[in-house]
Amino acid sequence: MIPGIIDWLTDPANWSGPDGVPAHLFEHIWYCALALLVAAAVAIPVGLAIGHTGRGRFLAVNLAGAARAIPSLGLLFVLVLWLFPKLTGDSAFLVPTLIVLVVLAIPPIMAGAYAGVEGVDPAARDAALGMGMTGGQVLRKVEVPCALPLIFSGLRSATLQVVGTATIAAVVGTGGLGRFLIDGQKVQDFPQMASGALLVALLALGLDLLLALVQRGVVSPGLTGRTVRRGNTPVDVEIDPAGRTVDAPAR
Amino acid sequence: MIVFDGVTKTYPDGTVAVDDLSLEAPSGKITVLVGPSGCGKTTSLRMVNRMIKPTSGTISLDGRDTSRMKEAELRRGIGYVIQHAGLFPHRTVLDNVSTVPRLLGVNRRDSEKRSMELLERVGLDPAFAKRYPAQLSGGQQQRVGVARALAADPPVMLMDEPFSAVDPVVREQLQDEFLRLQGELGKTIIFVTHDIDEAIKLGDQVAVLRVGGKLAQVAEPAYLLSHPVDDFIADFVGRDRGYRALSFQPTPRLPLAQERTVAMGEDVARLDTDWVLVVDERNHPLGWVEPRRVHGEVTSEVLHRGGTVARASGPLRAALDAALSSPSRRGVIVDDAGALVGTVRAHEVLTAIEDTDRPELEDPDHPGAASPAASGTSAPTSAASASSAAGTVSDASA
Ligand SMILES: Nc1ncnc2c1ncn2[C@@H]1O[C@H](COP(=O)(O)OP(=O)(O)OP(=O)(O)O)[C@@H](O)[C@H]1O
Ligand SMILES: [Mg+2]
Repeated sequence: MIPGIIDWLTDPANWSGPDGVPAHLFEHIWYCALALLVAAAVAIPVGLAIGHTGRGRFLAVNLAGAARAIPSLGLLFVLVLWLFPKLTGDSAFLVPTLIVLVVLAIPPIMAGAYAGVEGVDPAARDAALGMGMTGGQVLRKVEVPCALPLIFSGLRSATLQVVGTATIAAVVGTGGLGRFLIDGQKVQDFPQMASGALLVALLALGLDLLLALVQRGVVSPGLTGRTVRRGNTPVDVEIDPAGRTVDAPAR
Repeated sequence: MIVFDGVTKTYPDGTVAVDDLSLEAPSGKITVLVGPSGCGKTTSLRMVNRMIKPTSGTISLDGRDTSRMKEAELRRGIGYVIQHAGLFPHRTVLDNVSTVPRLLGVNRRDSEKRSMELLERVGLDPAFAKRYPAQLSGGQQQRVGVARALAADPPVMLMDEPFSAVDPVVREQLQDEFLRLQGELGKTIIFVTHDIDEAIKLGDQVAVLRVGGKLAQVAEPAYLLSHPVDDFIADFVGRDRGYRALSFQPTPRLPLAQERTVAMGEDVARLDTDWVLVVDERNHPLGWVEPRRVHGEVTSEVLHRGGTVARASGPLRAALDAALSSPSRRGVIVDDAGALVGTVRAHEVLTAIEDTDRPELEDPDHPGAASPAASGTSAPTSAASASSAAGTVSDASA
């Protein structure tokens, strides 16, 4: 098995052309990036607004929960059947795939954003208002910077899920690393399937590492363990890999 | 001047937090709101900068009704120190302090320069400027909170239990620094505390609230201690009030005894007194030694530093404490520069106390009832001098 994977991965033939690793890797990254961008563009503003105003939380939590319960593959087929007659060319498969990924990515990103804002030390928010900041200034200067650690954990868990789930795009005929899984399965080429899965896992890890680096650069050292030596972490909500928010036991 | 006129706050759940409060906080003075937990102190304070809206009544600031002012503008002109500091965790100490000047459009360089000055003023090492709040102790955070509220040099300050999160020793330091600062800055301050000792020490005027949000008594600290209007106030100001009231009575001329002194390094073994006072070259007291226990020269190890020293111009409480705390039973009295002028015994201080009148101030209900002899005790600086008058022998020499 393992020699098979090594053979497959080191075979130059698998690293060129429209069915090579670079092409499918690029497609995969492209789908994921697009889906994450759209999801973030929707989920972050909504999450921040919910956290800032404290309104709409109930609705958002339930919608996000419902979205999580939707099976991705089922949604993909429904969308393809419904949209296929209305779209032409590649987009007939691409758009349904993207919608599935966006629906998948929104809940964890939104949960991170609102939990982050909600978790801001009420005293800091109070001080900001008390010194004469407007609502928008409080959001921009205090709530968002303090929420960044949780916004990033939301983004990172969405990224992991989207990179994994994007393999299903291949089921309906589009590209991405899923091609190796689907095509390999058709011809019982297990090394190819295993290599595809390995590449997906490596991509997920790589993107997570990248986001971790960005996070390190963007989040204030005042909020991270690097400078915090006392127990009073400013946010007490964590997001687990499934995207649920859980209250940390401390406090 | 901040004027509360018939202010009532009823929360949506029906709780009456503040009930028909009328109160004036004079310009340049410290008005302390004190009372048991839940009596509406925080609510009263936060109605001034409209963080909470009064249900009825008006609050005016220098004659302007605050409800007619733009909220953000009103708040930018008022320094607000919230309980437990409420620092921004993602900003450095320097950026925290610079927040309001930056909001007001002051450029970064000028506001940071001013913030550095302020950090020094509140007694923080400039090295703290680049730290984050989580890297500071509670007391240090509270100092940053005070510096941040002062940064835009607002004429009015609202302070909600700013020194509550620290141990008594640090609290005392912060209070002393605060009084020294206020001596320089002369701001109009409303200060909330539940600690009557803090109220007495800091307030030019103390307003006691009772649960239900009713104002029980407003008076200068000395008057409050000597003339509680009812059992609630009497209970609240506590058991030691007779002793504490001495903080506000200036020391009359005491019969001072000349004290025999020696210098460090001198040989005292052959002296036949029980205790002898050691002074430095400027005649500042350093501490007491017992000649029969010292073999040869006086060194810093044999020095007894337990006694406090009192300034001749300080309050009676400090003089009495100097006598009570001195190992020789002779209280050390110094001049304003800290140089020894003589010693006094406890019974002599008590005689002086018996000879002075009880502090009698202008009674707000009966104008003119005050005795002219004691009216000096109402000076607004009386609390400040009381706090700084007593120091240990070693402090005075430092
Ligand atoms: N948002 C609110 N809704 C309802 N009741 C409130 C609210 N805020 C305060 N209260 C009530 O109003 C009363 C006064 O509260 P406030 O916070 O002003 O008290 P306090 O004197 O500052 O007390 P403490 O010394 O404990 O801080 C209390 O009985 C409190 O329970
Ligand atoms: Mg309070």
